[in-house]
Amino acid sequence: MIEAARRQTRKYFGKTIQLYAPLYLSNECVNGCAYCGFNSKSQIKRITLTIDQVAREAGYLRKQGFQHVLMLTGESREVVPVDYLREAVKCLKKIFVSVSIEVYPLLEDEYRNLVEAGADGLTIYQETYHLPTYRKVHPFGPKRNYRFRLEAAERAAAAGMRKIGLGVLLGLYDWRYESEKLAQHLRYLLKKYWQTQFQLSFPRINPAETKFKAAHPVTDHELVRMICELRLAFPQVPFTLSTRERAELRDKIFPLGITSMSAGSITCPGGYSLGVKSGKQFEIADTRSVKEVCRSLVAAGYEPVFKDWERSFS
Amino acid sequence: MSFFLLTKMSKKDPLVIAGKKFTSRLLIGTGKFPSPKVMQKALAASGAEVVTVALRRIDLKNPRDHILAYLDKKKYLILPNTSGAKNADEAVRLARIARAFGLPGWIKLEVTPDPRYLLPDPIETLKAAEILVKDKFTVLPYINADPVLAKRLEDAGCAAVMPLGSPIGSAQGLKTRHNLEIIIEQANVPVVVDAGLGAPSQAAEAMEMGADAVLINTAIAVADDPPAMAAAFKLAVAAGRLAYLSGLIGESKVARASSL
Repeated sequence: MIEAARRQTRKYFGKTIQLYAPLYLSNECVNGCAYCGFNSKSQIKRITLTIDQVAREAGYLRKQGFQHVLMLTGESREVVPVDYLREAVKCLKKIFVSVSIEVYPLLEDEYRNLVEAGADGLTIYQETYHLPTYRKVHPFGPKRNYRFRLEAAERAAAAGMRKIGLGVLLGLYDWRYESEKLAQHLRYLLKKYWQTQFQLSFPRINPAETKFKAAHPVTDHELVRMICELRLAFPQVPFTLSTRERAELRDKIFPLGITSMSAGSITCPGGYSLGVKSGKQFEIADTRSVKEVCRSLVAAGYEPVFKDWERSFS
Repeated sequence: MSFFLLTKMSKKDPLVIAGKKFTSRLLIGTGKFPSPKVMQKALAASGAEVVTVALRRIDLKNPRDHILAYLDKKKYLILPNTSGAKNADEAVRLARIARAFGLPGWIKLEVTPDPRYLLPDPIETLKAAEILVKDKFTVLPYINADPVLAKRLEDAGCAAVMPLGSPIGSAQGLKTRHNLEIIIEQANVPVVVDAGLGAPSQAAEAMEMGADAVLINTAIAVADDPPAMAAAFKLAVAAGRLAYLSGLIGESKVARASSL
């Protein structure tokens, strides 16, 4: 299966890996997600970048070579309203060719608003498709609304978002169940929104500042199995693996199905250029610099791709 | 046949697109290569003179762009493509940007709203082609193997048509064979079979049918040895062309004694 997945990936995507950088704008959050460092009960320093600060962080990432950026926030409509998100997207679009967002679920019109501002991608993880577990790990806050989150990808696709990334937070529930439900969700979306580029990610729970213990930890072997099975089921769908995973593991498993990776990531707002060191969403496992990640890819015979989008598409 | 004879043959029988002569009938795409250096070696081994580049992958503002910097513009005609465009507006905008940055006014028009199968949108492709031809571009549209669409694009002033053999990167070969035969029979512009050719034998098959050229990318780029595979395609394309010009005997249900 591993060999078949490797062949399939190479056939459809070649020996290339697209690189992107996460850019955290705010760790303000009203939710109580048990696994997340931004949990409203976490005693972390709360920061929301000004648009000028966003531009400074973006400038730092652009200098590293990134052309694709993923902007992230916690969930606080009061401190981080849609108008702020719009201004941030507009600011980032001047600097990067592709701007994706990973923010709290929005209404269709709100997504449209951000698409018009220049957002071309959305990442929205259901975290878990298992409803009782979902309720347990989201004890309060707007994120407790399972259905509103489940249908967010659909609202974004209807609003014209070009790329939509789905995933589950591996470790919350049995990965086999999650994998099957994720595949069902993806299949449904692929048929209904045939013009949207759907993508999958494989985030595993990492210790955040909450010290959350995963009830269903996923081993490296199981992670590989999930990636390979989904690769064979969806040969043309791009897969992402973030710096949540260790460098040596990422180097070993990316050829089996991964087509894009983050690199040199920092998960707190202001962490790149503003000297902020606390208030992380989760701990990074692959701490290599962008250059080091590129060197590993090249050594493995792969080309790191920084640009695979055109500003004028949006 | 030696390389010498192959070269001699192709000089006598050039591919002509929009009045420009090419000795090679093999066009190459630049995506999916493991490195620009491997791409460069594969291009050299292929003998190709037309090289297509996805505008979404290159940074036109950067003179040291990782793909463009490796392409000798004196040696190759750079054929920018509009890969990723979902509609006519996006494709036209991309083509104009490419020309504004000094790339030649040749454009491989790709309008593919479905990101999974990358099949071209016939309506938007025709719409974009009409605009770009008026705009003095040399337009080579990527299309499904639809004979009527091919004629409509020819009437619109396209310099060639590029029907697919099967979906991009699928290596399924000439699944659209019967429609390709009609397109080739009816065309007054060169027919370049693009997409889906996964083996040199499939490229030879397209050339034996009478295609004017083929465009290959994935089969070369993801091979274990891309330069060697490029050389194999070079031979296959030349062999297929020579076979076509020499007159194939065609299939027969009954035996034909070779001793007569």
